[in-house]
Amino acid sequence: MKLLFKMFNTFFKIGAFTIGGGYAMLPLIQDEVVEKNKWLTPEEFMDILAIAEVTPGPVAVNTSTYVGYKMAGIKGALICTLGTVLPSFTIILLIVKFFWQYRENPTIDKVFLGIRPAVAALIFSAVYKLGRNMQLNIQKIIGAALTVFAIIILDISPIIIILIAAFGSIGYFKHKEKGI
Amino acid sequence: MNILKLFLSFLKIGAFSFGGGYAMLPLIRKEIIEVHGWLTVKEFIDILAVVEMTPGPVAINSATFLGYKVAGIWGSIAATVGVILPSIVIILIIAHFLSKFRESPYVDYAFRGIRPVVLGLVTSAALTVAKDAIIDIKSLIIGGVLFYFVSFKDMHPIAAIILAGIAGAIIY
Repeated sequence: MKLLFKMFNTFFKIGAFTIGGGYAMLPLIQDEVVEKNKWLTPEEFMDILAIAEVTPGPVAVNTSTYVGYKMAGIKGALICTLGTVLPSFTIILLIVKFFWQYRENPTIDKVFLGIRPAVAALIFSAVYKLGRNMQLNIQKIIGAALTVFAIIILDISPIIIILIAAFGSIGYFKHKEKGI
Repeated sequence: MNILKLFLSFLKIGAFSFGGGYAMLPLIRKEIIEVHGWLTVKEFIDILAVVEMTPGPVAINSATFLGYKVAGIWGSIAATVGVILPSIVIILIIAHFLSKFRESPYVDYAFRGIRPVVLGLVTSAALTVAKDAIIDIKSLIIGGVLFYFVSFKDMHPIAAIILAGIAGAIIY
């Protein structure tokens, strides 16, 4: 019961403080779920990111469902997901009902000019922390660099890259097994 | 009747949009504007601007907002539940099977190959966000300083966001 409450609280915080959606949520999820509470290992965190990318739906919902299920079964999955969704749901309803007319406020624009570079900084620090935890060698760095090239320059879908990496890796290790 | 239609529309959006958040927008636009004519293009764009600067997943924000606009509070509930239901079901199935096949060498091999790709994906996301966010020397300084404190001094991401918002209000 105590764990369920803590899980709900954690994901509520994640839902309430990530602006920009998707990858902007990763630094906070990483901080709360991997580093502070240790509900996932760094490897598991990367695996769930890959799964979230090849399955439909918001990354935050995918992650909270997975973590919740791992920690406390279906009940946990539902509670974590509710925690993630509830802040946005409530905030949006408040905005539509009360603040819709203030949407062109200059101070709000300035606040967001400051927040946007912070979001970029947070995602870069998520990259740094992921890299620190995965014992980078030259092959892994080349793999990551090729991915960046394929996504940004060639505009290839992440799903295709993940599938190629998965099957390529299975083939590589099978081949290596046979060789020995 | 609109409520059931909203639920089904967002169920479809949740089930067919890969890559989360922004990748969903074209599909949402098609369902809301072209298929059902629930909103005008102008209304849709205004809503997106708000959705982008509100905390939480873009998909959830859009579903809640659009659902409310179309059919009030029950519309927002129907749309939000619709958009998350497919992910929940799919992830539960995957999590269930993964816990069974964790020991399989094939699962291990596949993830060993995928992890560097994930590092690349997150790097790409950071670069894409930085391209729009780093617009002058001030934003570069905000970004650089916060990167240092979050990465090396254990600053909490929430503290970083709040500080950046205050800094923005003061220096711009």
